[in-house]
Amino acid sequence: MTTLQTVFEKARAENRSALVGYLPAGFPSKDGAVAAATAMVEAGCDVIEIGLPYSDPLMDGPTIQDAVHRSLVNGTRISDVMRTVEGVAASGAATLVMTYWNPVDRYGAERFARDLASAGGAGTITPDLTPEESEPWLAASKEAGIDTVFLVAPSSPDERISRVASCCTGFVYAASLMGVTGARESVGSAAEGLVKRTRSHTSLPICVGLGVGNGRQAAEVAAYADGVIVGSAFIRRLLDAPDEKTGLAEVRELAQELARGVRR
Amino acid sequence: MTDSVHRQERTTGAGGVLITPADLAGGGVRGDDPDIRGKFGVFGGRYVPEALIPALDEVAAEYEKAKTDLDFIREFDHLLRTYAGRPTTITEVPRFAEQAGGARMLLKREDLTHTGAHKINNVLGQALLTKRLGKTRVIAETGAGQHGVATATAAALMGLECVIYMGAVDCERQALNVARMKLLGATVVPVTNGSQTLKDAINEAFRDWVTNVDRTHYLFGTVAGPHPFPEIVRDFARVIGVEARRQVLELTGRLPDAVAAAVGGGSNAIGIFHAFLDDEDVQLHGYEAGGRGAENGEHALTLTKGSIGVLHGSRTYVLQDEEGQTIESHSISAGLDYPGVGPEHAWLKDSGRAVYHGVTDAEAMEAFSLLARTEGIIPAIESSHALAGALKLGRELGPEATILVNLSGRGDKDMGTAMKYFNL
Ligand SMILES: Cc1ncc(COP(=O)(O)O)c(C=O)c1O
Repeated sequence: MTTLQTVFEKARAENRSALVGYLPAGFPSKDGAVAAATAMVEAGCDVIEIGLPYSDPLMDGPTIQDAVHRSLVNGTRISDVMRTVEGVAASGAATLVMTYWNPVDRYGAERFARDLASAGGAGTITPDLTPEESEPWLAASKEAGIDTVFLVAPSSPDERISRVASCCTGFVYAASLMGVTGARESVGSAAEGLVKRTRSHTSLPICVGLGVGNGRQAAEVAAYADGVIVGSAFIRRLLDAPDEKTGLAEVRELAQELARGVRR
Repeated sequence: MTDSVHRQERTTGAGGVLITPADLAGGGVRGDDPDIRGKFGVFGGRYVPEALIPALDEVAAEYEKAKTDLDFIREFDHLLRTYAGRPTTITEVPRFAEQAGGARMLLKREDLTHTGAHKINNVLGQALLTKRLGKTRVIAETGAGQHGVATATAAALMGLECVIYMGAVDCERQALNVARMKLLGATVVPVTNGSQTLKDAINEAFRDWVTNVDRTHYLFGTVAGPHPFPEIVRDFARVIGVEARRQVLELTGRLPDAVAAAVGGGSNAIGIFHAFLDDEDVQLHGYEAGGRGAENGEHALTLTKGSIGVLHGSRTYVLQDEEGQTIESHSISAGLDYPGVGPEHAWLKDSGRAVYHGVTDAEAMEAFSLLARTEGIIPAIESSHALAGALKLGRELGPEATILVNLSGRGDKDMGTAMKYFNL
């Protein structure tokens, strides 16, 4: 298994930021997700976040909602998420699961952490788990040897940033703007300030997500962050493509563009 | 709040107000008050994006100040009296009660409030809070449309911009309320994803909030959601039970044997239950929507058939499958068509202080028409679930019993559904 630590050390040695790509499991199909993520890795993604499809994704914009809905209609289960992680981890990327809390809570925190570790997963990102409620998850993840990534936002005061960062291992996820997931014309101007503020509370790498969709934006963010996270833009390519094969080519092309961006 | 503030308020009163700080906050720090993390036992808390934590902290801090601020309380009280039409009366319904084994039946008439449902109480309180927060825009979710109408009303009254999220299915079955909200100047956004009902409207409202939080207050409509909403909404709805307890004592010389209320998210139920929590001899009964029956899975029996999980920012009972995916609820009543429930109800259920039951669509519609024909009162279909429950309860408790029912709203909005159901 490739760890987040290895990824960021390598990126730092190459004097660049890491590229993190997101895709929900089961989208565009169960095998299609592994194929698309593998193409993303081959084209330059260092880390893949596999989304665990959830019925009530209240932090996601229309693009991810659409993909997740299709995945659930396709019958994606947690066992499929684990299988997807296994397939993607084989490509050599550090593989995370991005999940709302309830599916993990229901599955059992310890069991989830254990199963994810055995599938070759490197850790999780939990967008609706706050430090106050994170105790059981931190314990289970530590036991299983996987990383825990939490989010800070432009609205976070310093004491919250410090508290959230102290729960993180691997990296800290900085949300670039106040809003839901989705590609935007420009990356929020608050992102750079947030990264700067977060630096004073942690020595962990800091990755910026929300709103990044092209090479120019990736380069812009890479100038101040350790990693650039892209999700909706990949999904958009798959949603708009007439078939999976075309979608895969488009995804590969975007990953190449973004990979050049983080190296600029 | 300190005890001395309570005591002082209780003895001096605040100029003949309906509510005192003690009434608002439930008599100070109680065993059932949420702790600092907003927990009722293991229930409640905050499971939300970190981006919203500062806003929730801000609302909680402002409410802490407001609830002991006599100016705030006087203003809220003034609005409840001169705008909402409080106190609402209680009405004895003997002809209806004949069908309940002759038990004495008293209705708390929240249907007589301005805008026609108990929702106005919470809305006026939170709209005042919005002004204290310096925010100029309110958003809300709505199921039956009653919370949306109340929010649009308060926004018009106080000059706030207002956007209401409503499931597309609910927009259709509560079309009259959509028109009312528009007339009141609100923007109504039909939500077309998921089950297109209340649950999805809440998702969409949260997405709006996280995007526009700097100028927007999410005027949450029930006692669910992340802390501090379950506490704030309860406190603003608490006046229902505070009044009713006094009124029943005055009328009958004793406390009721049982209190009955419908449970969607749980605001009208907690509103009437809360003042009776310490009256151990008073039974508390909540009625959830049984839809087409528990057997075929088309229901909203969150407390009676659900399991513990997290939905909309709170740990509570949820309708979910074995992998934690929310199961869509079903009810003829839009206001009860919700797969979650407020955390304090989860706590009252597990502690045994309140009991929860299901009432089917058919039973509710029968009670709906029975109250209309026997007493000349057309109830909301939501409230009809409590009426149907009270009919069963009366037969169990016998003719000596007195049952207080929260008639949470009126049925004007439900005429479309009634016309179809009864072929009117
Ligand atoms: C009249 C009426 N009663 C009850 C409810 C259910 O909500 P709650 O359980 O929060 O009281 C609604 C919700 O729209 C309503 O309009």
